Amino acid sequence: MNVMLWLILASLTVAGGGLAVFIWSLRAGQYEDLKGASSRILFDD
Amino acid sequence: MTAGILPFPPKVAISDRSVAISDRSVALCRHCGEVCADGAVFCCAGCDAAFQAITGMGLDDYYQRRLLDPAARAPRPEVAERFDLQGSVRTQPDGAFALNLAVDGVQCGACVWLIEQVLARQPGVQQARVNMTSCRLTLVWRGTAAMAPLLVSSVERLGYRLVPYDPGARQQSVDRTGRALLRALAVAGFAAGNVMLLSIGVWAGITEGMGPATRTLLHWVSALISMPAIAYAGQPFFRSALNALRHRRTNMDVPISVGVLLVTAMSLVETIEGGTHAYFDSAVTLLFFLLIGRVLDHRARGMARATAERLLALREADVTIIQPDGALRRAGAKSVAIGDRVLVGMGERIGVDGVIASGQGLLDTSLVTGESLPEPAVVGEKVFAGMVNLGAAITLRATAIGEATLLAEMAGLIDAAEGRRGRFVALADRVARAYAPAVHLCALATFLFWVFAMGASPGEALLTACAVLIITCPCALALAVPAAQVIATGALFGRGILLKSGTALERLAAIDTVVFDKTGTLSEPELVLLEVSDSCELALAATLAVSSRHPLARALAARVGRPVSANGVVEHPGEGLSLAIPDGEIRLGSAAFCNVTNEVGSEPALWLRRPGHAPVRFGFAEALRFDAVDTVARLSGMGLDVRLMSGDREEPVRRAAEALGIASWRARFRPDAKMAEIERLQTQGSRVLMVGDGLNDGPCLAAASVSMSPSTAAEISQNVADLVFQGHGLAPVLMAITMARRTQSVMRQNVGLAIGYNLLVVPVAAAGYVTPWLAAAAMSLSSLLVMANSLRLRRTL
Repeated sequence: MNVMLWLILASLTVAGGGLAVFIWSLRAGQYEDLKGASSRILFDD
Repeated sequence: MTAGILPFPPKVAISDRSVAISDRSVALCRHCGEVCADGAVFCCAGCDAAFQAITGMGLDDYYQRRLLDPAARAPRPEVAERFDLQGSVRTQPDGAFALNLAVDGVQCGACVWLIEQVLARQPGVQQARVNMTSCRLTLVWRGTAAMAPLLVSSVERLGYRLVPYDPGARQQSVDRTGRALLRALAVAGFAAGNVMLLSIGVWAGITEGMGPATRTLLHWVSALISMPAIAYAGQPFFRSALNALRHRRTNMDVPISVGVLLVTAMSLVETIEGGTHAYFDSAVTLLFFLLIGRVLDHRARGMARATAERLLALREADVTIIQPDGALRRAGAKSVAIGDRVLVGMGERIGVDGVIASGQGLLDTSLVTGESLPEPAVVGEKVFAGMVNLGAAITLRATAIGEATLLAEMAGLIDAAEGRRGRFVALADRVARAYAPAVHLCALATFLFWVFAMGASPGEALLTACAVLIITCPCALALAVPAAQVIATGALFGRGILLKSGTALERLAAIDTVVFDKTGTLSEPELVLLEVSDSCELALAATLAVSSRHPLARALAARVGRPVSANGVVEHPGEGLSLAIPDGEIRLGSAAFCNVTNEVGSEPALWLRRPGHAPVRFGFAEALRFDAVDTVARLSGMGLDVRLMSGDREEPVRRAAEALGIASWRARFRPDAKMAEIERLQTQGSRVLMVGDGLNDGPCLAAASVSMSPSTAAEISQNVADLVFQGHGLAPVLMAITMARRTQSVMRQNVGLAIGYNLLVVPVAAAGYVTPWLAAAAMSLSSLLVMANSLRLRRTL
């Protein structure tokens, strides 16, 4: 039973981290120009 | 490398639209890749300068990088119009200056790279970033505000066009909604993923013998994750549902909200009591799926609207204000005050409404009144933004919009027409109106049946009734319409058709009558060169004309395609163009400028005079769009009643109608009469699509059940129109109607699928056989089915 509590807690932490990163990237404006981002990766030097 | 001076006259043979090189191998311009004259490395001086600028900065890589997209050509630099930039420069809190610009000519990633690199190399520039999706440039620099023109011209000489763009307050609030939806989507996705993981454990436990204590623990964890997530991610639906209920209407969000809230409450009660029926997973996944639909829908519509706004911004031009001391100042049209004197040069588009104070112009009023031939304008006459001055320079006294009778009249008519137009009820709302009561009655019936007929306890009966509500929660039904619309909007966007209104496709699918305006809609928005007998003279004239922005000169140059240009062409404002050659001077311009005294014909014309030759006349007239005949024939073939209503004189309208095979046409139609006619047709039961571009079409566009306008249309008309299309042809009208009809049938199929699924599962739920895993699987499957069906729309166009 204890093991399960830990596992649930761990999985929630990992998933919550993902959510936090997504919201950060949204605030940083990374979804404003999806078309540009796909070609920028080829050119940036 | 030095500037390649072209031999003159160029040794090229001109065919109708393309340039064929008679001898030597074909040389392609090193900048733009167009065919260039004999022996030359560049096709024009502008390309030469652009190439020098790019290589001079060590950015030669640009030409390699372009190759990633072989279809894209480097833009060819043109005579740029000067804009009043300083009025748009903003000062940031930290003392830096910022400017937002709309960019024209960006085709691929290499363009973005080049613009950013060039700007980054200018002194003082802190940030230069091009948004490729919206084609906008944000420029931040330190120094003085007066550096703006210098920075902008460093990009303009490469061939891109930059226009100050004010990211309006509306645009930003739209974006805020988009972000809120994305955040809700992320939260719903997070919760859905985690709750589903726990649920799979619970479902597996049914066969693997999970104890009730473990199951209840997993239910509690699910509840703790999903309840805050539902409270947050469900807000867009709850708000819309509340809003509808407050106005005593229902929409699809009402059954969604009721379903989600009821399911959550019931699952919580089950969890507290240690029962088995917890449906947290279904509730959260439902929100997740629906939010995907909402986000995509919002994006597609937002992109279409932003593009429509950008097209309008790119068309805006500065006006020349005559200051009290006589000095001239270029400024944005918005900064003109009432009573200011404004100079409108030859070939310039009038930027403000006003009264002619001095000078005698020749006005092309097609965009305002639909009149196809330019008319002379004298002192005291009212003129409107959007007219083009083809004659000599005139001075205006700016008047307020309220004073300008025509514009005020149009705005009043548009308001009235929009007020009279019945509220269109979208398919989704029509379905929701019948669906919500039906489902809730079904649940009630189930409850009563179990209590009275089967003698079950109220608690058990409530559980079964809730199962009915869960299984019928309209996930697939709510996706049925937006899924099809998102795909249709995206496909149309790719063809340059901008869909601005959410219900426009549905309204378009229902039309049976198409009403066209003539001038600028069925005909080309600009005057077109009449037939010319001597192609050599045309080529020579085009060589001069390409240096000018005058509409007639541009029409002449356009006939040759991309003509070679010559160095040393001088523009004489209000008169014409001249080029000095060893044996004299070549002139292209008005009859007087070319010393011609016997002007023939009444249509606008340019004359070409060269030493030792008789002067040649180039006449211009209105011409039908190249595919107008074909489009009208096909529309009639689809069973649509095609009509023509124009404000122009009878003769040109009759000619156009005969050429197009339109039997029912009306000429000299005033805007209010046009509108009344459309409303009359609609009261007789017709559903009318109005296609128009002029200011005078605005009220008709608002009155018709659905409206389209070309992107060359007057601003007020584009704002009223439901769809805006780009390009030279009329085929988009046909495409949009075809797409709308297909979308409508796919939406109907989707609704049918969703309802069919409900008919199948409701008896199962009412009989009490639904388990949480069955509910989750059935809901996801039906949604996927609807999505897959909608994807078929991609192959329509």
